[in-house]
Amino acid sequence: MGRVMEGEAVDAATLRRWLDVLAARLSERADYLTQLDAAIGDGDHGINMDRGFRAVRERVLDPGNEAPLDGLLKGVGMTLLSTVGGAAGPLYGTFFLRMAAQAGAKDRLPAPELAAALAAGVEGVRQRGRAEPGDKTMLDALLPGVETLERMLAEGRDLASALEAAAAAAEEGCRATVPMVARKGRASYLGQRSAGHQDPGATSSAYLLRALAAAVSGS
Amino acid sequence: MKKLINAVDDVVTEALQGMQAAHPDLIEIHLDPNYVVRRGAPVEGQVAVVSGGGSGHEPMHNGYVGLGMLSGACPGAVFTSPTPDQIYECTRRVNGGRGVVHVVKNYTGDVMNFELAAEMARADGIEVEAVVINDDVAVQDSLYTAGRRGVGATVLAEKLAGARAEAGGSLGEVAAVVRKVNDNARSMGMALTPCTVPAAGKPTFELGDDEMEIGIGIHGEPGRERMELETADRIVDRLMGPILEDLPFRSGDRVLAFVNGMGGTPLIELYIVTRRVARVLEERGLRLERSLVGSYITSLEMAGCSITLLRLGDELVRLWDAPVHTPALRWGV
Repeated sequence: MGRVMEGEAVDAATLRRWLDVLAARLSERADYLTQLDAAIGDGDHGINMDRGFRAVRERVLDPGNEAPLDGLLKGVGMTLLSTVGGAAGPLYGTFFLRMAAQAGAKDRLPAPELAAALAAGVEGVRQRGRAEPGDKTMLDALLPGVETLERMLAEGRDLASALEAAAAAAEEGCRATVPMVARKGRASYLGQRSAGHQDPGATSSAYLLRALAAAVSGS
Repeated sequence: MKKLINAVDDVVTEALQGMQAAHPDLIEIHLDPNYVVRRGAPVEGQVAVVSGGGSGHEPMHNGYVGLGMLSGACPGAVFTSPTPDQIYECTRRVNGGRGVVHVVKNYTGDVMNFELAAEMARADGIEVEAVVINDDVAVQDSLYTAGRRGVGATVLAEKLAGARAEAGGSLGEVAAVVRKVNDNARSMGMALTPCTVPAAGKPTFELGDDEMEIGIGIHGEPGRERMELETADRIVDRLMGPILEDLPFRSGDRVLAFVNGMGGTPLIELYIVTRRVARVLEERGLRLERSLVGSYITSLEMAGCSITLLRLGDELVRLWDAPVHTPALRWGV
């Protein structure tokens, strides 16, 4: 079932379930993401993410693929780099490649190491996009999400509830992009007119953490 | 959505196949990853020039591959940057041993994807010099934006840099031409109607029957302001003002005027625009040295236009007049 293992760790099966839940969510919400992007960008975010994660399903989540944890994540990163395009391709591609590098060749990833891998991914996004919190980007969902995860784990919470809180923090961070004025990406061309719209990248990033929480809790 | 397509997912691929059928003497296409190269590439001993970007701006960039212009072009999905693997493979394919210049339009995605591709090519020992084009004065260039967009100057830079490469220029010299064009060109566009990305199925934005958008981007990104439709002359004045002030262009300067259609505007209207552009130049004491009028960097079926002014001297005039033979631009051959 891809449940959390005893000793609070995730295995490749759980990560595969995460990616599958995320792919389904992105497909279901493709039109919505594209609408958000049309308001302040170029109207292709949902289409691009859906195309990328359909490729992830075909190439990486293939049942015959028995890649270890890091191989799985690297496969996702490379697939997204070569299929998504736009800004989201290099950003999400970098996220999964950095996560893979941090995770290393393991069968199971203990909770703190999962958090560290996610944090490495987020740092990769920050570097590649040269963005900072408050710029109305993916980071505004990813950073509060991963910071919450690390804090809750440090406080001794179990992984499922820490991830639930992380997903909620990412969603809150995503909603907080509504009044922000964009400073990066195509939305920044609008200046003040970008305020009043939710950032599509922050939205897909919130889905990413919500899907991880769902995959780990098994719900 | 009413479009001459077979299937949404096949738009880019089938258009490439059509180009191959039309121009076997000029280009070779490669599918998966998608790129277009000059027939017989690489040209040994010659610097290569590669560009790329989202599809939907035809004839840019694929239509500019050939003698005296681009060595290779990488088309992404419609309005979406190409991916690093495409750009990397195209770069390897056209490298004639003297390095490759990447002409990159300043969009967050394009810049990142070209950056990754250049890193991959350099790891193979290929010299790559990337130059970013950012000529759109509709966008304020500040720390608070992704910077100005690359628009009309891209077409001019590709022609002029290609001519320099054809004449035996070094990697540094060809890249310097791109930089020179970018430093001396300014553009601004406007839209009368929106456009529809095939995969989206509906227009990227709404525009009322009596409205226009000034400062539009080439992906339908909303522009500076939306206002009531005006006469062609008034619209030209609105575009020319910011362009002329920005460089600034001064009395006595020699300029190339590029009046571009966004895809859905007929040539007859572009000439009405050009008429006013020529008058404004004359009033300001600028010399209209060369011109290019037509739909060369488009936004699918969007109606509207953009104006690009390039200040040039003898060197750029000579490079402009040099022979070019590509699917979309041909003279001197």
